[in-house]
Amino acid sequence: MTAYITRRLFFLVFVLFGVSVLIFGLLMTFSPERRAAAYVTTPQQAEDIPRIVAQFGLTDPFPVQYVRWVKEVASGNLGWSLVAARPVTEAFWGYFAVTLELNLFASPLVILIGIWLGTLSGVHRDTWLDHGTRIAAIIGWSLPTFLFALVLLMVFYGYLDLFQPGITSTHTALWVANHPGFTRYTGMYSVDGILNGELWITGDALAHLVLPVTTQIIVVVALLMRVMRSGMIEEMGKDYIITARAKGADKHTVTRVHARPNALIPVITVAGQLVALAMEGSIAVEVVFNRQGMGWWLAESATQLDMPVLMSVCMFMGVVFVVSNLVIDILYAKIDPRIRLT
Amino acid sequence: MDSAMAPPETRHPRWREFTFTLHRIFRNPSAVMGFALLFFFVAVAIAAPYLAPPRYAHAPYQMPHTGFSPTPQPPDARHLFGTTSGQYDIYYGVVWGTRTAFKIGLFVVGIAGFIGISLGVISGYYGGWFDEVLMRIVDIVWSVPLLVLAMTIVVAFGRGLENIMIALALVEWRWYVRVIRSEVLTLRDRDFVQAARLMGCSDAKIIARHILPNAIYPVLIMASMDMGSMVISASFMSFVGLGAPKGYADWGQMVALARNYIVGPAEDPLRFWYTVAIPGACIILFVLAWNLIGDALRDAFDPKLRRR
Repeated sequence: MTAYITRRLFFLVFVLFGVSVLIFGLLMTFSPERRAAAYVTTPQQAEDIPRIVAQFGLTDPFPVQYVRWVKEVASGNLGWSLVAARPVTEAFWGYFAVTLELNLFASPLVILIGIWLGTLSGVHRDTWLDHGTRIAAIIGWSLPTFLFALVLLMVFYGYLDLFQPGITSTHTALWVANHPGFTRYTGMYSVDGILNGELWITGDALAHLVLPVTTQIIVVVALLMRVMRSGMIEEMGKDYIITARAKGADKHTVTRVHARPNALIPVITVAGQLVALAMEGSIAVEVVFNRQGMGWWLAESATQLDMPVLMSVCMFMGVVFVVSNLVIDILYAKIDPRIRLT
Repeated sequence: MDSAMAPPETRHPRWREFTFTLHRIFRNPSAVMGFALLFFFVAVAIAAPYLAPPRYAHAPYQMPHTGFSPTPQPPDARHLFGTTSGQYDIYYGVVWGTRTAFKIGLFVVGIAGFIGISLGVISGYYGGWFDEVLMRIVDIVWSVPLLVLAMTIVVAFGRGLENIMIALALVEWRWYVRVIRSEVLTLRDRDFVQAARLMGCSDAKIIARHILPNAIYPVLIMASMDMGSMVISASFMSFVGLGAPKGYADWGQMVALARNYIVGPAEDPLRFWYTVAIPGACIILFVLAWNLIGDALRDAFDPKLRRR
């Protein structure tokens, strides 16, 4: 097992190298002057561009520039972000915490709801319950995340005024900024509120999380439900279920104890896709609900041509993806005794 | 023993299988609905110059605007669905936007499918170092989510609808390679392929006549689902501002124009509902049509469910 994990971690390094070369290559399609001009804000600064190009070696061959970049990254310098007006490494955790908070609340709900609805749909196959959940799943899969988020805002913010966009209300943000006793342990308002004993902050953060989490759930749960349903249908048709029924097991035992754990195995193989879907969903949710997380940072950097941020976020997502796939594969091998990790 | 009374089956087996597949697809009510929706969209796209005559003959995708006022106007006799911010006619936008949606879907799926299928077939059939190198490259491209990588490519290449389509195609091919490579690997060692090789069939002929027609089914399912999801991704990128210039007839672009008018004034918050709802409904129905078709194809092609 340790040999397998070591090999997969080497693979992670290889993937990081590949992604960085790929994105660095994309960045190199800009001319040296254009790359320097991304940081120019006044016409006087524009006159300095040839000097900057020479000083930072922007005309050197690709391998030379790439090695220079790797050395900088190894020493912890990921560049300067125009959008955040801070070095990327400084700004990173703040944005990451917001995205983490969203997915921390959305993921367990996605898993629970998806598995529950999928089991229900698979066991009561071809009844109205099945057809209803399948139609809901297909409509959920066809909904663009950003559009659904906009409609939720229209109804629950505009018409009913129950929930507001943003991470917290202005009052909370000002209070937190001006109150010296409040320590930001994690950068997540909901968790920090509990850790500091100010539960009303947690309540406020949770109130602002309701709509984003709902959007994230509806879009991701459709895939999970479909896989769970087909897994359940396949398991319920197997011989050991007939044996269990013949031995007198009631329906509850048959579905919960026998069929469902086995139906979860194909679901785990799709889990990697669900992680990617959650990351992409975060982008749309954060942009529409104005939550400054990694997705929002990425979208802003894309419109403002902030390349260091794009590179760092791409590499970070690469790391998250490879590590999560490794965890999923290990989980898969632990659960299914037929699988051997080679 | 077959009876001398029964007439011999004269139709070609491929044709019989094809008609059986059609029958399996269309006995599903959601498939019928999907194809009906798709037919409706195709009709609108084809009839676009007649349904919404372009004002500028050389640039039919430029939405006409009567004035510059940023406040959307509700539907009336002149503007069937109202106008959006900047006084662009919504009806014109959704009609010509249908053409844009088909352009996006067909281009991205076509290019990504072509690259993916050709690389995947060669990699799966011949194996060797080409397979290894390609799989490492696919692993690298695979590790970044679609939207993230596509946005990075669009930043490098510049804004615009064509660049969005190229960026999405350059990322989505990775799916097709994996799917078709696994199918080809399964088929490569089957008896009928071995028999064809023994007979002296050239590699090209084996691939074209035996492997590809059998390996293509999962790719077809994926392609029809992709038609929808690529339109969603492209419309999101247009919404964020990476897409076509303002005033281009694109559904995502139209939702972007409505961004400041999601919530109206306090006494009438849903006043500008039509700026979001109408282009949004078009996107949802278009994607729904392709998803229903893809689902129906999946049910029809699945060998375990096929003959039940």
